[in-house]
Formats: sequence, C-alpha cells, structure tokens
Amino acid sequence: MRIFRLAGRRLAASIPTLALILVGVFLLLQFAPGDTVDAMMAQMGGGDAATAKELRKFYGLDLSIPAQLGNYLWRLIRLDLGFSSIYGKPVASVILERLPPTILLMTASLSFAFFFGIVFGVIAARGVNKWPDTLISILGLIFYATPSFWFGLMAIVVFSIYLQWLPAGGFENIGALQTGIWRTLDIARHLVLPTLTLGLIFLAIYLRIMRASMLEVLNLDYVRTARAKGLDETRVVIRHVLRNALLPMVTLIGLQAGTMLGGSVVVESVFSLPGLGRLAYESVVQRDLNTLLGIVFVSALLVIVVNFAVDLVYARLDPRIAAEG
Amino acid sequence: MSEAAPTILTIEGLGVSLPAGADRSHAVSGASLAIAANEILCVVGESGSGKSVMANAIMRLLPKEVTIDAGRVMFEGRDLAAATTAEMRAVRGAGIAMIFQEPMTALNPLRTIGDQIGEMFSIHTGLSKAAIRARVQALLEDVRIPDPESAARAYPHELSGGQRQRAMIAMALALDPRLLIADEPTTALDVTTQAQILTLIRELQQRKKTAVLFITHDFGVVAEIADRVAVMQQGHIVEQGDAASVLYRPQHPYTQQLIAAVPPLTAPPPRTLPDQMILTIDNVSKTFRTGGFLGRGARVTHAVKNVSLELPRGATLGIVGESGSGKSTLARCIVRLIDPDAGAIVLEGKDWAKLTREQVRRETRHIQMVFQDPFSSLNPRRKAAELVAQGPIVHGTPRAQAIADAKELFALVGLDPSASDRFPHEFSGGQRQRIGLARALALRPEVLVADEAVSALDVSVQAQVLKLLAGLRERFGLSIVFITHDLRVAAQICDLVAVMKDGEVVEHGLAGEVFGNPQHPYTRALLDSIPGGEFARKHATSVFT
Amino acid sequence: MDAVKRYFRSPAAVTGLVLLLFVVAMALSASWFYPREPLALAGRPLIWPFSNPRFLLGTDNSGRDIAAQILYGARISLLIGGVATLIAIAIGILIGALAGYYGGWIDTVLMRITEAFQTLPNFVLLLVLVAVFGSTLTTVTIAVGVVSWPAPARLTRAEFLSLRNREFVQAGRTLGMKDIQLILGEILPNALPPIIVYASVIMAVAILLESALAFLRLSDPNVASWGNLIGLGRDVLRVQWYVSAIPGIAILVTVLAVSLVGQGLNDALNPRLKGR
Repeated sequence: MRIFRLAGRRLAASIPTLALILVGVFLLLQFAPGDTVDAMMAQMGGGDAATAKELRKFYGLDLSIPAQLGNYLWRLIRLDLGFSSIYGKPVASVILERLPPTILLMTASLSFAFFFGIVFGVIAARGVNKWPDTLISILGLIFYATPSFWFGLMAIVVFSIYLQWLPAGGFENIGALQTGIWRTLDIARHLVLPTLTLGLIFLAIYLRIMRASMLEVLNLDYVRTARAKGLDETRVVIRHVLRNALLPMVTLIGLQAGTMLGGSVVVESVFSLPGLGRLAYESVVQRDLNTLLGIVFVSALLVIVVNFAVDLVYARLDPRIAAEG
Repeated sequence: MSEAAPTILTIEGLGVSLPAGADRSHAVSGASLAIAANEILCVVGESGSGKSVMANAIMRLLPKEVTIDAGRVMFEGRDLAAATTAEMRAVRGAGIAMIFQEPMTALNPLRTIGDQIGEMFSIHTGLSKAAIRARVQALLEDVRIPDPESAARAYPHELSGGQRQRAMIAMALALDPRLLIADEPTTALDVTTQAQILTLIRELQQRKKTAVLFITHDFGVVAEIADRVAVMQQGHIVEQGDAASVLYRPQHPYTQQLIAAVPPLTAPPPRTLPDQMILTIDNVSKTFRTGGFLGRGARVTHAVKNVSLELPRGATLGIVGESGSGKSTLARCIVRLIDPDAGAIVLEGKDWAKLTREQVRRETRHIQMVFQDPFSSLNPRRKAAELVAQGPIVHGTPRAQAIADAKELFALVGLDPSASDRFPHEFSGGQRQRIGLARALALRPEVLVADEAVSALDVSVQAQVLKLLAGLRERFGLSIVFITHDLRVAAQICDLVAVMKDGEVVEHGLAGEVFGNPQHPYTRALLDSIPGGEFARKHATSVFT
Repeated sequence: MDAVKRYFRSPAAVTGLVLLLFVVAMALSASWFYPREPLALAGRPLIWPFSNPRFLLGTDNSGRDIAAQILYGARISLLIGGVATLIAIAIGILIGALAGYYGGWIDTVLMRITEAFQTLPNFVLLLVLVAVFGSTLTTVTIAVGVVSWPAPARLTRAEFLSLRNREFVQAGRTLGMKDIQLILGEILPNALPPIIVYASVIMAVAILLESALAFLRLSDPNVASWGNLIGLGRDVLRVQWYVSAIPGIAILVTVLAVSLVGQGLNDALNPRLKGR
C-alpha cells in the first residue's frame, strides 16, 4: 500500500514535467518555418492566399500564440490531439495505429538487453580480469560503439540478402492473410533483426553496469558476513549479491526509456516498421507539426509510465524505499 | 580460569603477506597465540597493527591479494591455513563464527533479520522451516532484543545500531560455535549501548562456554571484558598475558606507552576561571524538518532544544553526549554553519545568531572550527600551506604574507614547516588534524569550536593532539568549545562540562563536579557505561604530566 | 604524474589513444591527401574498393571518392562531437552546480527542467529542433549539445550534493569564503574528474546521434558526413554494400576510441575503482 502511495506521488509529480514539455515544445514549434496549413496547401498542390486564410481561421491558427497554446492544452485534457492534414485523420488515431509495433519492439529489445546484460555481467564479474571477462568487456565496448542503423543494414545484408533467413523489413507479411499463431510467428520473424539492432547498445550498457554493480556488491561487508556463515560462492551470489546488484539495473531501465524510444526512430526507419518512431521521422520530413507534437506528448507519456512501473519494481526490491514514504 | 579448559584454537608463527606497494611486506608476522574454551582473549592494537587481518586470516576471509604465507592455525585438530575451501565452509559459522564492527553494513539490507539468522540453520543443518523459525525466535530472545517476533520480520534499517549488533550476535551464536571472533564489535556504538553489548557477550560466553577472540583498539574495553590480552604492534604480538598483569604491570615499552596514553577519568585540578564571559548561548533551538510532500508525513527532529550555556574567557567548555544528542548541531549553530531557529549566541557583545550571512562571513575570524574527520576536512587538491593560508587570504592578507605566516604556524602546531608544500594525503591522520588546527588558528580567533577533533585518532596520537591543544590554549588565550562523545577525553581538557541528551542539556558544571558527583541519572549512566571504568580511575597518569 | 603513468599501463587505454590519434590524423590530413572538394564527382560510380588504385576505397552511387569522404567525415564527426560535448558539459555544470550547491527551490526548479528534458526521448527532441531550426552544421551541433546536457547536470549535482557537506567545504565557509569561492575553488575541482570522464560518454553519444541524423538525411547535406554516406549506400545495399559498410566502420572505430580513452581516464583518475 505504501509502495503504491509512493509511486502515485511520483506519478503526480510528473504532471508538471509533462506540462513543461508540452508548453516548451509547442512554443518551439512556433518558430518552425511553415505551419499545418502550408503543409496542407503543399499536399493539395498549392492554392490561393484566400483559401489559406480561410483554413487558418478554421484551425484557429490566426489567434495569438498564448490563445493557441490554451486551446491546445484544453483539447489535450479532453484527449484530443488535433487533426493530421497529411494523413487526413485525427492525430490520436494515427498514433494509436502506430503504437503497437513500437511497444512490441521496445519490450522485446529491453527484455533481450536486460536478460543477456545480467547473464554476461554476472559471468564477467565472477571471473574478473580472466579471459571471459576480457572477451565480454571488449564485445561490450564494440557493441556500444556500433551505430545501430549501420548494424541493422549489415544484418540485412547478411541475414536477408545473402543467407535469406529473415525478412529485410516490414512488420508482417501483408500478402498472406494470416491469423492466430501463424501471424504471431510471422511478426516474431520480422522483429528478430530490429530487436537485435535496437537492443545491442543497451545490452552493452546493461552488461557493463551489471558487472560494475556485482563487483561493488561483492566487496560489501554483508557479503563477507555471508561468507563467514559458511555459504558457498554460488549461494553467496544468488542469495546476497544478485538482488542487491540488480537495483542499479532497474533504475537504468527508467533512465533509458527515453533513449530507447529515440533509438526506435532510427531502427524503425531501417526496417520500414510502421511504428511511432517512423511516424516521428515522417512527420518531420512532411512538416506535419500537429502529429509531431502529438508524438512528443505520447512518447513523454510512455516514458512516464515506464518510470512508474520501474518505481513499483524498485520499491518491491528494496524495503528501504517503502520506509521513506 | 583457563587452567583446566582445553585449548580451542592455536595460532603458530602466522604470517600474512601484503601485496607489493603496501607500507610493509607483512600485515602479520610470526604471530603465535592460543585460546582456551570459556575465555575471552583480547587482541589490542592501534590502527594498522594487523589485528583485524589476523582475525580474518583465521576465517580465511582475506582479500585476494593478501595471503597467509607462514605458520599454522590449528582448530579441532586441523590446520585451517591449509584447509580446502569446502572444509573452510564447514568450519565457518558452525565451528567459528564472527561478528563485525559495522552492524549496519554487515547485514544484507534487502533481507529480513529472521531470514538472515535462519540461513545459518539452512546451510549447516537439515532443520525444517518451522523448526528454524522457532530457533530464530529463541536466539533473538537470548540476545534480549525487544519484541523478538517483530524483530525477526524487520529489515536491518528498521532496527537501531545496538539491536542490529544483537541480531549479529544471535546469528553468530546460532550453531553454538566453539570460537567466536568479534572484530571491534562495539566501536561503532554509543557508550551506553557498548556497555550493554559487552555485558551481553560476556554473559552468553559464560553460559555457552564459548571461546572468544575479541579484537579492539580500546584499553577500556580490554579492562572490561578480557581474561587474557595480546598486544599487537606492526604485525607482531609484542606482549601476551592475563588481563590484570598486562593492564597494571605492562612489560613491553609499546604496551606501557599505549596504556600511558589512555586518558584517565579523573579531571585535572580545576583552573581558576575569570568571571567575564566571552560566549553566551541563550535559549538556542534548532528543529529539522525532513521528507514529506506538501507537508504530509514530514518528520520533525528537535535537534537542539532551549540550550543555554556560558563560556568564560580562556576556559574550555566540553559538550558531551551520544550520537543524536544534538551536540554537533549546537556546534554548527555556534559557528553559523547552521542557522538556529531561536535564541541568542552572544560573542563579544554581538548576537551571532542575528547576523546576516554576509556579516557572519566578515566576522568569522573571531570564531573558528576544527573538524572531526582528518581525511575529509582538508581539500585534497590544495597544498598544506595554502590550506592554512586560505583564511587570511580571504580576509585580505596578501598571499605571500599569508603563506609565510602559515609556515610559522606549522612549527607552532608541531609540524615541519618544510612539509608545508605537500598535499594532505601525504600526511598521517594526526598530522592532518594539526593542519586543521593551524588553519583555524591562522585567523587568530578568540573562540575555537572543536567538533570531535580527536575522535578519529589512535590513543597515542589523541594524547599528543590534546596536549597540543592545551598548550595552544595557554599561548593564544583561546576559549574552546570542545564537542566529544568520549567522556574520558572531556575529563582531560575541559574546565566545564555540559551533558546533552535528545537536544537538551541535562547537566552542566565544573568538570570535576560533573564527573565526581553526577546529579542527573543520565550522566551517571554515561559514566557507568565507560568501559573499564575502574581501570580508568585507578590508572592516574595524566597526559599533561 | 601518477595518473599519467597509470593511464599508460593499461593496454586498452593506450589502444584507445592510438585509435583516437589515428582519427585525428585522418581529419588533419584530409585536405593534404585530397585537396579537392570531397563531395565533387571524381569518377565512375560504384567502383569496388581496392579495384582501382585511384579510388582506394571505391566510389559511391554518384561517383564520389569514398576515401576522401571518410577523411573529411572524420573532421565533421570530431568537430560536432567535440563542440556538442563542450556545450552539453558547460550547460550541465552550470545547472548541476547551482542545483546541488544551493538546494531548496532552486534545486527543485532546475531539476524539474532537467527531468522534462530527460522524459522527452532525446532523439525525438533532436528531430523537433532540426525540424524547427533547419539542418546546417551549426544548428545540428548546437542541437546535439542541447539534447545531451541533462546527464552531466545530474552528475554534477550529485557530486556537489555530496561535496557541499564535506568538512573541508564547511571549513571554507567558517573561514569566511564567498559562495562563488566555495563553488569554483573548493567544490568544482573535486567534482571535475568524474565529469571529465563522463565527457567521453557524451562525445561518443554525440557522434552517434549526428550520424543517425545524417543517415536519416536530416543533417547538413552539404558536408561529407559518415552518416550521409551510409544513408546513400542504403539505396545500393543489395549489391554494393561496401558503400554503407566502410563509413560505418569509421564511426565504430571513432566511438570505440573515445570510449576507451574515457575508460582509461576513469581508471587512471580513480585507481581504487580500477576494473569496474
């Protein structure tokens, strides 16, 4: 109960953050060359100034900037993100369509990076400065230095073009109308390379943090106490080190949620996945500022939700947190 | 009492080597000793003497680079120094158990007390879960933890330091080991808690006939608890014998020197104090509010409550109390590192508590502070001379002049002036404390506030610094506010003593009066808790003679 | 100095330094090897590497020399990485120092702003900035710097929080030092080493961010950037994959070098934590 109150308080504290982001980005976008109406006119292949004026009036773009901001925030409270002139649909529904691939990709990459980060981190820390540690540390550094989009392209060259094992892009095979388990498998096949591509840099980060955290905890007094009790090394690690060493890893998920979402922009572009990241890219190229602002809102919301979940997990892992509440 | 008892552990010619680059090649060399059942052997020595390394070597819990390279550790007919890791695991916990200095960090913060004690049984016995729970309950009752049932369910951070150490003891004694190694188990505790834990260890040891190897740096603790004593210096055991003979008839010069440095509990004869007050503290209060969002769940700590004290010119006022008594907060209020909520602090006619920050900054040379930690109280990136010269430079002395003055001060506090262009890490703890003293004196203050200024030092160094402080007091006509948790130290240097508890002054007066004829029950409890009180009173050598 | 000696004792750190010097040498020698404009047409398009001695690394889809673009690209990567890092560190130290030293409402306000920047995915913010201010070399560099400051700000704040209650800082206050003297003279020098080490992380990320932006053709199209070339090579990935592969290796080597140097610095400056 206490945990929920604590996490709830954190959630409430993020409302001003969200407001700050929205106001900031809204004002920033006022400096953008061209507005929605310009984009629309370009879409229609040009038009006269009178039509443009008419349209601006219709969308409330002739009002003062504070008034426009007020309008925008008021609509936002009613969960109305505005209208995308490029897609000819409300922004909310455009985003909602694009959300599932991104969430799927992020979850898969995070699980991949987190799981293998722990495994490799523990292996490296157990044999610190021996060859498995050196190998893992070098691989970690190389993974960290690899640009994800380049890794994705090279993976396409190897696995899709030469070996032809995996599809080069897309979310699913649109030609074949599949259902149930076959569709799931098909999507999974499409997501293998994107998951690896997005997860690689996070794998590098997680294994480095896990290794450092293990080494730190292994030096603490209570690990010596555990050894003095007669525990063998395996049990020392499982019972007294692992959970304690996981704490910084959990914190990292929250801190990296935004970075991961940003990474999906590039990865979705490489693999032509119809996700939120690709939508962000398209709306920048097409100057669809309404959609861009909507994406800013939704991605900030996603990050806040992830952090809320992280807070809950952390408080469950660490009894000291709940006590502070 | 050890005549008939069988020997439990024998150490023969033990050598423990340190990695290259350490200050000496061996942490322990040629150490030999024996512990019999039902006796407490105290190993006493200053920091770096190798006493803790020896304790950890017995358990084979040494860091990787530190190795046993000579001698034997015989326990139950087996040489532990040559035992396999599997054999060692069977001995640890069951045959030999260990308790450590810091009960907070020695317990896993993420697991309950009951769980961690129960682990002893799940490793070494095949008891059922219910049986383990019952045994844990019984153990916690044995160590007299209040409310054992909820203590078993508690996490370490939910217990006090003393309770945590009780839990550690319960854990160590779970399997009735034949030998208990206690590595400075009371050093991190307050004096009253320390007395309780010492009594508890003594009592359990007598009941269970356990042999105890007790590591300590404090001769008071030795006098309180030891049957026999071994004195360590630089990795060697220089003297061994039964407690009474080592304490009262030390043979080795090092032991003699150590014992002479132990501050006796008798105050030196009172000095005549002037009637004129230099510092008057009147009804000072400070309250801290922590945590709480929008005022909910905020915790309020009354750190200092209506404290009124007076310091005559040239006198030393000791403020003693345990941790959390508010003595450090009061010290910081006096120098305005903390702004008091209410009350007046009158220094030379000015109400220090009412000055603005900017005024305090300009007036600060009248009152200076010496800090506790010789390692964190000096900026590691400045040379010693610069550290001392900083104050005068801030207040407008030309740099060259300030540095020259600093070198003079160096000689005054007993440091080599040619060492003044070294960095702090090149000095020892005692020398760093002298630099801190020189820094405070550089501004020629009238009042010096010393916050636990000798607490982090070894006894022999402590005695030297106290002597220096007394000398400087005469020379500069300093008035000193001396904050300490150690009553023995306070008895040595203070003319007046105030005893604080929970933010209030419960008793104050002339040092001789307070120590000789305590009025408040808390003062009496504090005095009774001083380990080896009788030894401290009998042993009359003063640091000032 | 000890730290220098410790640095050169680590093979990884030395490797990193050698690689970094190699990349710097590439950047410096670019106009000496290829005095011509690197984005000018040089020959037949899509010549494979090592097949024509005139074009050691071949040519791209429009017949531009890849080797020339790699050398000039080193300039762009180091320039953007370096300047963006300076911007991020400067903003980060300023905000972190003020928040950590003064605490209270100043801290609350500054940390809220930092939190807002961290909640918004940095690449999305980068897209917004580029959408608004355009894709010139200057705007991209500033934008990369502006999205990178929250982490050093938090680091600086954490250092200041722990240092401001250290006894030597309190001693400075009792000596009568002003806030600015305490911040600049006492706290900052002690807070700096971890921040300097962290700068290598920021620089690595900045180089990766710019190359990703260039890959998406949202960076300055008029300079020879490795990311631009990878994006270009994507059109001929099926057969002439080398057009994308070569500049990718250049990015990898540069980022690896910066990371290794950073880690080497960390181990040299904090010997106690070596190997962590």
